Amino acid sequence: MARDEAVRDLVDRLELPFNSLGIDPYGISKKHLSVFFGVLGFFYRNYFRVKAVGLENVPKRGRAMLVGNHSGGYAIDGAMVITSMLLEMNPPRLAQGMAEKFINQLPIGSVWSSRCGQLTGLPEHAERLLLDDRLLMVFPEGARGTAKLWKERYSLVDFGTGFVRLALKTKSPIVPLGFVGGGDAVPTVANSSTLGKLMGVPYVPITPYGIAAPLPARLVVHYGKPLVFEGTGDEEDSVIIGYVDQVKAAIAQLIEDARNDRSHS
Amino acid sequence: MKVLIVGISGALARQVALQLREEGHTVMGLDRRPWWDAPKDIAVHEVDIRKRAAEDVFRRERPDCVVHMATVNALSSSGEERARINMGGTRAVFEHSVAHGVKHVVFCGRHTYYGATADSVLYHTEEEPPSGIGNFPELADLVAADLYAANMLWREPKLTTTVLRLVYTLGPSKTGTLSSFLRGKRVPMVLGFDPLFQFLEEADAARAIALAVEKKPRGLFNVCGPSPVPLGTIATETGRTVVPVPEPVLVRLLGRFGFPRLPRGALEHIKFPIVVDGTAFKTATGFTHSTDEVEALKRYRRISPV
Repeated sequence: MARDEAVRDLVDRLELPFNSLGIDPYGISKKHLSVFFGVLGFFYRNYFRVKAVGLENVPKRGRAMLVGNHSGGYAIDGAMVITSMLLEMNPPRLAQGMAEKFINQLPIGSVWSSRCGQLTGLPEHAERLLLDDRLLMVFPEGARGTAKLWKERYSLVDFGTGFVRLALKTKSPIVPLGFVGGGDAVPTVANSSTLGKLMGVPYVPITPYGIAAPLPARLVVHYGKPLVFEGTGDEEDSVIIGYVDQVKAAIAQLIEDARNDRSHS
Repeated sequence: MKVLIVGISGALARQVALQLREEGHTVMGLDRRPWWDAPKDIAVHEVDIRKRAAEDVFRRERPDCVVHMATVNALSSSGEERARINMGGTRAVFEHSVAHGVKHVVFCGRHTYYGATADSVLYHTEEEPPSGIGNFPELADLVAADLYAANMLWREPKLTTTVLRLVYTLGPSKTGTLSSFLRGKRVPMVLGFDPLFQFLEEADAARAIALAVEKKPRGLFNVCGPSPVPLGTIATETGRTVVPVPEPVLVRLLGRFGFPRLPRGALEHIKFPIVVDGTAFKTATGFTHSTDEVEALKRYRRISPV
């Protein structure tokens, strides 16, 4: 279970180079993190009652990539993974995701994503964060992953390959994760791109009850043993795809483990 | 060493001149504006770099190094005039330098070269092309001057060319883009946006340019110092009040009710960050800033109260 330690204290214990204004070189702000995790902490502890297993597999310090499946019609999975890293790791860590490009164009969204370390999804950002020994969170399914319908909630769509090249180039371990429950929290029956256009987002998930407000479904995340591949990142596609398949298989197994765990708890 | 500073009457250029003089160099300058209280041993030639008399200064003085600080950045200046000065002036600096035996030219450009866009990368490196011209065509002359200067690296291999892309400066002169933005008690910002701004204390910026003169690194270099700070924090830490205005309203206010007359593209620069990676310059010259971001803001609050 997540510790009861105050979010503000956990943010203070993050091992990031904050200046005396509480801002790090990427513009991450302690003030914003405290509010952000204050809200997410409530959802993590009380609403979704998230269970995180295998946290010992996440390095306490140094570069690493959390690589997982998408579960749910929008970024509930990412938000809860980030929250688990702050609330349950000791010392707490800030996982940094790669935000969709449209978020930075939105007023408010632009400020909060960058102040909380969720930089725009660019390969340059991912590489720099890893070289700075940060914890990067990647969902190689991309937006196709969040667009999964309820009946597809435990499946995996095609993975991009860039994350493996990046891991090889920066010599970063890949920590696979399987996330389940998001499909029940946001049971998507269809995705509306028309509504999405009106709201300035790629699509809006439609649920049987209309709006896509999340239901209080139990969420479970399993972190697996780190995968370390040898190479430079300049290997032929056939080699890279082999590594991607290994990561995908590890995630598929973790999803199964998390499903069993969830049905028994 | 004999150093000619083109645009010597500018606030930062004067500090560079004084810094180089203190280091024992013979410093002289060119500017169409006067520098009334220039030290006696700094000769200031009041002439436009694009005029014939300017070439005579090169011919007569035969400087070893030329520091080009005569680009116009103020967006309030007429676009056509700016383009003439920035392009024509830069061309004249290099042509005269090549013709009259100058060994090293330092071009002082701006980090705004990279442009501010929603999907621009944090920590631009020197290899990146400019990306902001699309949404801010008024920047084109500064970008073109930078590229022209960079051309000299292959066009004139005997000449050592250093192209610097400096971040904003903040300091006692209270001039420059960032200072202009902080001039009033209230700082208008685009509601919902708060980009990171990178700045150097003026004294540090002058030292960086003087170091470029001394170390003669060849190539393109971003010049920055402390970590970037959100614009809203810069405003509040210097004692200003942030006034968030919805973008459609702010666009209509520009040029009215005391708001500066700025091109639409300028708003992109207060929505999205331009942050550069200065590692290459630090490695080439050993430059380190002496004033961090927090101290620089404290000092600015003291010297520029509202």
